[in-house]
Amino acid sequence: MPLSTIFPEFKIIRDKEKCIACQVCVRQCAFEAHIYDPEKDEVYSDDSKCVGCHRCEALCPTDALNIIKYPFDIKDNKNWTPGILNDIYRQAESGAIILTGMGCDKDYPIYWDRILLNASQVTNPSIDPLREPMELRTFIGRKPRYVEVERSQERDTVKVKTQLPPQLRLETPIMFSAMSYGSISFNACQALARAAEEIGTYYNTGEGGLHPDLYKFGANTIVQVASGRFGVHPDYLNAGAAIEIKIGQGAKPGIGGHLPGEKVTEEISRTRMIPTGTDALSPAPHHDIYSIEDLRQLIYALKEATEYKKPVGVKIAAVHNVAAIATGIARAGADFITIDGLRGGTGAAPQVIRDNVGIPIELAIAVVDSRLREEGIREEVSLIAAGGFRKSSDVIKAIALGADAVYIGTAALAAMGCHVCQKCYTGKCNWGIATQDPYLSKRLNPNIAARRLVNLINAWSKELKEMLGGMGINAIESLRGNREHLRGVGLEEWELRLLGIKPAGEGW
Amino acid sequence: MKIIEANGLHYRQLNEIIREAIKNGEQEFKIIGATGQRYIAAGIKNKIKIVIEGTPGNDLGAFMQGPYIEVIGNGQDGIGNTMSDGKIIIHGRAGDIIGYGMRGGEIFIRDEVGYRVGIHMKAYDNLRPVIVIGDSAKDFLGEYMAGGLIIVLNLRGTVPIGKYCGTGMHGGKIYVRGDIDEHLLGKEVSITPLSEEDESELAGYISQYFELFGVKRGNVSLEEFKKISPRSHRPYGSLYTH
Repeated sequence: MPLSTIFPEFKIIRDKEKCIACQVCVRQCAFEAHIYDPEKDEVYSDDSKCVGCHRCEALCPTDALNIIKYPFDIKDNKNWTPGILNDIYRQAESGAIILTGMGCDKDYPIYWDRILLNASQVTNPSIDPLREPMELRTFIGRKPRYVEVERSQERDTVKVKTQLPPQLRLETPIMFSAMSYGSISFNACQALARAAEEIGTYYNTGEGGLHPDLYKFGANTIVQVASGRFGVHPDYLNAGAAIEIKIGQGAKPGIGGHLPGEKVTEEISRTRMIPTGTDALSPAPHHDIYSIEDLRQLIYALKEATEYKKPVGVKIAAVHNVAAIATGIARAGADFITIDGLRGGTGAAPQVIRDNVGIPIELAIAVVDSRLREEGIREEVSLIAAGGFRKSSDVIKAIALGADAVYIGTAALAAMGCHVCQKCYTGKCNWGIATQDPYLSKRLNPNIAARRLVNLINAWSKELKEMLGGMGINAIESLRGNREHLRGVGLEEWELRLLGIKPAGEGW
Repeated sequence: MKIIEANGLHYRQLNEIIREAIKNGEQEFKIIGATGQRYIAAGIKNKIKIVIEGTPGNDLGAFMQGPYIEVIGNGQDGIGNTMSDGKIIIHGRAGDIIGYGMRGGEIFIRDEVGYRVGIHMKAYDNLRPVIVIGDSAKDFLGEYMAGGLIIVLNLRGTVPIGKYCGTGMHGGKIYVRGDIDEHLLGKEVSITPLSEEDESELAGYISQYFELFGVKRGNVSLEEFKKISPRSHRPYGSLYTH
């Protein structure tokens, strides 16, 4: 038997004519795929170490590097693919669970690509967003069933008498998903926080506590409370604009989180408030929550601890019974429900869970929105969708299906330079995002990263306005749950039924 | 001292009264006739003192960081949930999930406690949570425990702990008086005798217990205690492959 039967995923092609042995690639690769030989004054590469992050390729000053997929010479086989075989080899060597990062990369249907938007023609004129005001502002929180107003006769003014429950005010219906300090670097957290502040939206701490230097972004922060309760104390709860109880996430429904001890550095230890080097275990369930009634107890404990001044939401993974669970959460008193779909990302998850558990977010949004409407409680809770939002059209389709807003994670990381190599769990991110190694994390300039995030959200917001205008709608609110603006292509009867949309070609 | 007649008050009203009084500078409270009002002192950071007569409801002192709470009666579930600092004394028994995710402060319970006590307790810096239980605890004591101390005095001399004690434990320690059946423990912990340092620490909490509750010490001796502690700070280190 050979020492290892695992074959490389990528091949590093080095143009010897162009390579000047400057060793930039050697310094850039934390996976040590490039090696300098001082005797020959040459750089050579080890394909088996390459993760395909393309950092070296991007930084090579002479353009000498090209990373390609490893050409496998094994016989074509639809069942026993190189990926499947490699997993078997790895497990045969280690006897352990395969860990991975980012969202599910398998070929499940992406319904966004099978849903088309409507536009106005003749009978209902479209609106030009360049000329007319278009409203993307979104409020997250429980809405009152009716609003009582008081009319003052003297000055003919109107005052709202009903006391509104606490709301989050988003200038655009896009927020940054929960990504903890620990899973991503401080610079990455800071970039998200700054961008959220500038855009007028929110970022989410994940279960990593809040770094003291980030408290100043509190007005644009959603703080998370998960089963490990890391870094949760009164100041933390009061620092954010809202609190999110994390029950589950799309990448790993039903299982907990686990930050390995080697990632618990001095700084991480300070925000998580655990000793350095200890594993940070977030068990799958909150051990004080075994029912909707127990969930209600935690929701109200958090409301009491923050004097009912902040919306308290609950994040769950999209699973088979998501609609019934969501109504339970609404009735438990949550101000918003976050649903994270099958393709939701993660810093680390067992591959078998990530790729096989949960349901697509498109179906989840549709069935939850429908169920809440049927029960007459849709306005009592806001719905935030998450899990694989790639572009503005995904966002607008989600809103038309019934979401109030979306969370983006992977797209935000990509804006900061992520190439989705799925090695976040190693802590060796060459782009300086998913790492705590100061040598690597300083590669991410928080000013530039924040600027790129702002650019991305601004670009998507402009596109949202264009699409809205085309439909003849001037406020995103009017599109929410307005599924008549969606049509399905290439979908089965049952898919159309669950999505609550008509097939393309069918009119009103 | 502010005296609050709790009977008939909803928890929201009761807690509002307490918070308002704190804002006005009140530091001592006596709540009489508590009938299951939840979340008393939740999230409060001030070093106030609250004496409660009756039975406070679930999540007493949740997230709190400072108050001193004494309950003349029994406690319910979720006492000291994720608390950071302060002290809670229960002159009676208490329910399930006491001290969940607790990071600092102390909880003393005169009699027995229910299931899932001390789950995910953790220590950090100079914060080190302590739970002292007069009688026994039921299943899942100290599960996923990452730091701090649990003491089971087993004063009635029954079976001191339930099943799955210390499952997933990776920090902290549990002192138990009496015999421990190995099969009741999680795979991640082992039983060892107490060190001298352990004994002096334990002696301090024992005398504090008897002082607080004014019960007779009887024949409790340090030699009767055993220590449950984790085998590793990284129990799941080899679970995953890259």
